[in-house]
This record gives sequence, structure tokens and C-alpha cells, in this order.
Amino acid sequence: MKKNIILLLIVIILGVVPLFIQQGAEFGGADGQAEEAIGKIAPDYKPWFHTIWEPPSGEIESLLFALQAAIGAGFIGYFIGFMRGKNKKVDEKGKKVPYVAD
Amino acid sequence: MKGLKMKKKNLIIIYFAVLLLCIPKQAFAMHIMEGFLPVEWALFWWGVTLPSLIIGLRSIKKKVKEHPELKMMLGLSGAFAFVLSALKIPSVTGSCSHPTGVGLGAILFGPTTMSVVGFIVLLFQSLLLAHGGITTLGANAFSMAVVGPIISYLVYKGATKVGLSFSVAVFLAATLGDLGTYVVTSFQLALAFPSEVGGMMASFAKFSSIFAITQISLAISEGLLTVIIMNGLTKYNLQALKLLHVLSKEGR
Repeated sequence: MKKNIILLLIVIILGVVPLFIQQGAEFGGADGQAEEAIGKIAPDYKPWFHTIWEPPSGEIESLLFALQAAIGAGFIGYFIGFMRGKNKKVDEKGKKVPYVAD
Repeated sequence: MKGLKMKKKNLIIIYFAVLLLCIPKQAFAMHIMEGFLPVEWALFWWGVTLPSLIIGLRSIKKKVKEHPELKMMLGLSGAFAFVLSALKIPSVTGSCSHPTGVGLGAILFGPTTMSVVGFIVLLFQSLLLAHGGITTLGANAFSMAVVGPIISYLVYKGATKVGLSFSVAVFLAATLGDLGTYVVTSFQLALAFPSEVGGMMASFAKFSSIFAITQISLAISEGLLTVIIMNGLTKYNLQALKLLHVLSKEGR
């Protein structure tokens, strides 16, 4: 448990440190930069196909992102809690029934 | 027998479809943009990716048939990839990208299973979030859902063989798989857009400085997060790990 907290702290530090060492940076998407690079290497290249649907605004896009993360995290939380609970039950019964997710 | 097989297949498809409908996919900052690969390259990468998808579908079918209790684990692998690919994280280069999250599932289920899962993640990203694209889906799936998981899987196997501890092996596998994905993306762009001066290698240097370097700190984060989940699994769900032959000693 302690080990996990330390690992999690490192993850957070890795995400926060760039904000300080790159103070003036825009923190835009790497794919946008790649688009620019293509524009320089092959100025004549025109994308031949366009996105079918785009989130109408940045707000809606971030809604979809948040929803995605929330649902995924919800499933992971449920799964871990389910495993723990089942493990406890087995312990209480004193039976050596190994738990397997179903 | 055939009917039964079909039913199982349908179930799997419905399972993922439902999973995915609930989870609008995400993220900016990796993946080749829609329409940004010339037609011939777009088709080529689709062709390379398809076999892995077919093998993956079969392997999922087989595993779930043998051990239906593994479905939850499969769901976990998918959920992990969804969460991680939704997190756009700042990197030391001053731009943002997101991890892939496919390393966990590749270690648990093998690389081809994650081809299917990764493909589904990318499909929904391109349809709902205008991230990546349908025409470039083959290429993006090749980097994130084919090569990334293969690297993770091989690194994991190799690291355990050499005698590294479980956590270190998992960390290296997830980190290098993530990094490998973006190296492949850079390579794909370089192949399609060789620089006039310096040719393909010059382009590769350019694209990898955009994608791969940005990815280094994120890849480390992904490695650490994967270790955390694995710690939980070894603590509470050892049985499933044994079923999947993940632990070298207990497995097989």
C-alpha cells in the first residue's frame, strides 16, 4: 500500500514538474505540432479526408474526456472493491476457495 | 456447434460495443490526424493491422470460452486503456500527450487481445472525439494496438526470464510499449513524408522529437500506474493471474 502511494506520488510529480520547467510553453497537443511539421516538409499536401464529426466546442470535448475517464475509473474501482470483498468473504469462511472474477 | 460459436462471438461484440458506447473515447496528442496519411499508406497500414485483429478476436473467443471468469479481467484491461488514453498529461517538452494503457492487457492477455481492445479505443476516439481518424485508423492501430502490446509482451517475458522482479518487469514492459507506440507513429509519418533535405531519416528525427520525446515522461507514468494495478491484482486476484500464466513460477 505504502509502495503504491509512493508510485502514485512519482506519477503526480512527473505531471507537475513540466509546468514549472516549461513556464512559457503552450502545452498544446503533440499531434497539432506534427500537423505543422507536415506542413513544412510537404507544403503541397492536402488532407484528403475530413473528420466525420467533431465535438462542437472545447467544453463538450472535455465533457467527453471526463466522462471517459470517470467511467473507466469507476469500473476499475468496482473491480478492485469486488475483489477485496470477495477475498474477505473467503477469509471469513476460512475456506481456501481461491477467488476468480466472474 | 457453429451456432454456438456465433453466439459467443456476438456476445463478445455486444460486450465491447456496450463497454464502448458508455465510454466516449478521447484524447488529443498522439495518433495521426484524419486524412494526414496519403491513401496508399493509409491502406497499407490497414492491411498490416487486420491480421492481428483477426488473431486477437479468435484468441479472445478462445480464452473467454475456456475461462469465462476472465471476462472481468478483460474488462479491466479495457477500462485501464480507456482511462489512461483520456488523460492528456503535460510533458517536459512543453506539449501534451497521453499514455496508451495497453501494456497491462498485453501482459495479462498477450498482444493480439490488446490489438482488438486498442482498436476499439481508437475507433471511438476517431468517431466521437475527432482524435485520430478513420482513414488513419489502420496506421494508429498498428502503432498503439499491434506494436505497442507486442513490445510490452516481449519485454515482460524477457525481463522475467532474466530474473528481474515482477514489478520491474511490469514497469519496463508498460513503459517501453508506450514509448514504442510513438516511435512507430513517428516512423509512419516519416515514411509518408520524407524530408526533401535528408530524406526519411531527417523526417523521422523531426517527428520523433515531437511525439517520442514528449512521450518519455508519460511512458514512465504509465509504467508506474500499471505496476500499481498489478500490485492490486497480485494481492486480491492471484488466481486469475495464474489462470493467465502471468506469474512465471506459478504459471504453466
